[in-house]
Amino acid sequence: MAATSSSPSLVDTLFQRSLDDLIRALRSSSSVTEAAAIARALDEIRREIRSPDLDTKAVALQKLTYLASLHHLDMSWAAFHALELLPSPSLPRPRVAYLAASLSFHPSSTDLLPLATHQLRKHLAPSPSNTPALVTPALHLLALASSADLACHLAPDLVPIVSGQSSIPLRPKAIATALRALAVCPDAAPVLFKPLVDCLSLSSEPHVVSAAVSAFCELALAAPDPSPYLPLAPEFYRLLVDSRNNWVLIKVLKIFARLASLEPRLAARIVDPVCQLLRRSPAKSLVFECIRTVLSSLSDHDAAVRLAVDKIKEFLASDDDPNLRYLGLQALAMLGPAYSWAVEESREVVIQSLNDTDTNIRHEALCLIMGMLCESNVVEICNLLIKYAMKCDPDFANEILDAVLATCGRNVYELIVDFDWYISLLGEMARNPHCAKGNEIERQLVDIGLRVRDARPELVRVARDLLIDPALLGNPFLCSVLSAAAWVSGEYVESSSNLLELVEALLQPRTNLLSSLVRAVYIQAVFKIVTFSFISFIKQIQAFDTKSSADRSTAFENEDGVATADKAVIFDSIDNNETIKHESVSHLLDFVETTVGPLSECDDVEVQERARNVLGLIRIIRETRYWNIVAEHELTRDNKISEIVELMEAAFSEDLGPVSTNAQKRVTVPEDLILNENLSDLAGVLGDIDVTPCTSISFSLRGHHPTKSKEDSAPVIEPSSLLAEHRKRHGLYYLSTEKDEVESNDYPLANEPLLPVSHVDDAKDIVKLTAQSFIPRKAKSTKPRPVVIRLDEGDGVSSSGLTMVKEFKDDLLSGAVRNVLLGNESKPSSSHDMSSDRTSQRGENDASNNNDLFSQPNESNALDGREHRKSSSRKSRHHIRHKEKNGSPGNEDTEEKSHRHSTRSSRHQGKHKHRQRGDTLPDVVPQEPVIQDFLL
Amino acid sequence: MIRAVIVMNTQGKPRLLKFYEFQPPEKQQELTRSVFAVLSGRPDNVSNFVEADAIFGPGTRLVYKHLATLYFVFVFDSCENELAMLDLIQVLVETLDRCFKNVCELDIVFNFNKMHTILDEIIFGGQVLETSSERVLKAVEEISRLEKSASSVSFVPKSVSGRFGR
Repeated sequence: MAATSSSPSLVDTLFQRSLDDLIRALRSSSSVTEAAAIARALDEIRREIRSPDLDTKAVALQKLTYLASLHHLDMSWAAFHALELLPSPSLPRPRVAYLAASLSFHPSSTDLLPLATHQLRKHLAPSPSNTPALVTPALHLLALASSADLACHLAPDLVPIVSGQSSIPLRPKAIATALRALAVCPDAAPVLFKPLVDCLSLSSEPHVVSAAVSAFCELALAAPDPSPYLPLAPEFYRLLVDSRNNWVLIKVLKIFARLASLEPRLAARIVDPVCQLLRRSPAKSLVFECIRTVLSSLSDHDAAVRLAVDKIKEFLASDDDPNLRYLGLQALAMLGPAYSWAVEESREVVIQSLNDTDTNIRHEALCLIMGMLCESNVVEICNLLIKYAMKCDPDFANEILDAVLATCGRNVYELIVDFDWYISLLGEMARNPHCAKGNEIERQLVDIGLRVRDARPELVRVARDLLIDPALLGNPFLCSVLSAAAWVSGEYVESSSNLLELVEALLQPRTNLLSSLVRAVYIQAVFKIVTFSFISFIKQIQAFDTKSSADRSTAFENEDGVATADKAVIFDSIDNNETIKHESVSHLLDFVETTVGPLSECDDVEVQERARNVLGLIRIIRETRYWNIVAEHELTRDNKISEIVELMEAAFSEDLGPVSTNAQKRVTVPEDLILNENLSDLAGVLGDIDVTPCTSISFSLRGHHPTKSKEDSAPVIEPSSLLAEHRKRHGLYYLSTEKDEVESNDYPLANEPLLPVSHVDDAKDIVKLTAQSFIPRKAKSTKPRPVVIRLDEGDGVSSSGLTMVKEFKDDLLSGAVRNVLLGNESKPSSSHDMSSDRTSQRGENDASNNNDLFSQPNESNALDGREHRKSSSRKSRHHIRHKEKNGSPGNEDTEEKSHRHSTRSSRHQGKHKHRQRGDTLPDVVPQEPVIQDFLL
Repeated sequence: MIRAVIVMNTQGKPRLLKFYEFQPPEKQQELTRSVFAVLSGRPDNVSNFVEADAIFGPGTRLVYKHLATLYFVFVFDSCENELAMLDLIQVLVETLDRCFKNVCELDIVFNFNKMHTILDEIIFGGQVLETSSERVLKAVEEISRLEKSASSVSFVPKSVSGRFGR
């Protein structure tokens, strides 16, 4: 091979490898050498494709197409070579070129696409040399890679083939191409739509009808507003009744399912034929389509729904065909909550499907069950599911956890009445060996803590159970759950029963397995616990003092200012516990000091900082003069102690609540607020405040607490009192402050150890256990649902903006379609027999043309359509006008609206009126008569 | 409409790829890989449907058939009926079987162009046009006859290996 790599030589041409050779070479190369073999082949192709010999070029292009398609190479560089081969008279060459082009061309990446226009037009023209073997790939290129311009230019060339006037016998393919052309170029609708409609007529051959119906199905389903297709309803109805082709029937059903939502009378009309098909058809695909149509669009017709549900049961009962079972479950899921009886009837199958080998079926069954949850059965079903999740494979276990978390947490826990139960369920979920949903569990634990005051004691209990289990610390998925547990037990420490145990759990040696952020939360929790126990201890003494002094000096002495009313809460909780002894607090402090001590040298700043906070607090306590004196009552004599207590309380006694996302907006700026121009003096303030962002829990107050209380007294009280004031003012966004009665704990624990049950019995177990659980029934007489704080979030962002662009384009199409249909089919009676009536339609059109002069505003639709035909170049202006007109009829003049309303409201009268007017103004209300004639 | 037709072997090597909505080559590779990852994880005797939202966008589904060493995969949206698509795979496979007389993976590997010709007769631009394998066969045979008669003059096998290799 003497040839340079740039120019093809005769040798290349003579010894060119064919596609088969290339494939063989690739097959014989190992996976390692394959890349090299492909690179070599590509070099070869790059040379050969420039050959003046067209056959060499064609083979090279063929090889390149193969490599591009199955080995994912880029072949956009060869676009010109493909175009070069298109005009070749030898059939295989343009076929190779068309295949290459249809696989690799796209308007976005192929600049040369317009160069194909002329050749495509030539190949679409009726000529003896244009055999189907040549026209098919040409149409295919037009269908797959067309730009808007190309489609617009070639639409007129498609029309003869679509309408069957051309000698080329490719009507179905041309119809499919026309559909794609309409999709990229709505402006082609005036040209293409009419021939497409004609394809539906009785005289067309079955293949043409089938292709046309699928095209209309595509159009109607893609349109944001399918109302322009309503006038075709009679044609589709005829097909629904007459056609014996299942493919056609399926498409027709899909069209009706879409249209029935617009025109309620359609549903009444099609319900009989659909039920006939449901009963008689042996084809499962058609039966399934009927079921879907009934469930989605005919759900008001009870008999039809009953029939569909019976068919679904047949699907569910087909043991040998998982496809039918899967689709059956999906069909059940389509039924809304109003048809829970249908799911109820198949309850056993649904639940057994949880045990199916097919993940699809299990997933559907799970969705169905979640859809059936209501207040009365949520406890039972969720308990079962979570137990079941313990035993099944990891993926499905997580799917179950996900579903339970999502359903129970939906809409601020609207399903949950018994929060104690739900919290222990969350604990149980965390203990699932496969659990990977730690983040959501974490979120909900904290969230419930913030929102549901009554649930806090149980929350603290569950958190304790999680924290003291050393086994959980090793599981990286549970880190976040443990973090939430630690936070909860620190924040709601007053509900805790054994502080020492809790501190020991939080500081156990295995906590070094946790990430530093979680450790920081742990230490912060320890800080709160130490504070709490110290305060409680001091208060207890003070209370005792007050009491004894009150005893001693009979009612005239009331100097004690510390035990004020708002602190009574803490008193209560102390009373519940045993009395706190000096030794036990000392012991606690000692323990914390020894275990946290080493952490003050920790590398991680978060951990180190918090550890130092704790140690600082302990030092302050120790430094008070009387701490080491055994006689406890001496303690109160130290003013410093009262100061510390007051300070701590101010920092921690306030509840943290959920904050509405809109809260900041509602705070009015005070009139006397003057902001400094220069904020540099803030640095001085911030200098001694810890501003490290808090961990994953989502509010910012927490991070500031420790330093406030660590700092020396006076200046620190101010921020917390400001905070209190802020809360008073905007109390509405926080937890309500009313005190509820103490929870009774009469619910059994949910996380009892599971007995090992053999897998085969699982489903039976479940079925047995949920014997009646799907039926919504009266809840057992339990305690009332506790108050759950809900914020009136106004953040429902409308999602409509996202789909705007697409809708706009689709709207253009349906607008164009509407124009065509309303322009050409203005006379309703003609639609049943269009082929014979076509001439008269034309006359009608002209008539309405004249009427435009009289009824300008009403006729603008049809007018617009004609304008379109004249000039499609002034696109943008038309677009806007379409949008205005077709987007919503409500935009029209109110005068016209009221007029239309009157015609509709009394149908009898309206019809009469319409006929009267028919002589003078035949087309005033263009949309109404077309459909009415068919339906009445 | 049908979004894509994918035929791949059980090792994940694509044998026929047809996307009815343009996908650049890298994207094609990615899609093929994700489909294979989903399919290879599924045991036999389970349902043939897979929700394909994550791979092909919202509202799409995937139906596949596992035959011998090949997966036949159709990706489609809400305009198509699931069971009808399953039947259509059957139509495609039957047609291939009749066309190649007991089709095997090798036939598909070595008949790149013919595979596209057959597929284009059944599905055109994403629309199902023909469901009778007999008629598809007839059309395909007619095309190859025309191609042969056109190339009988010019398409003399030139390659040496082409001459001796078979």
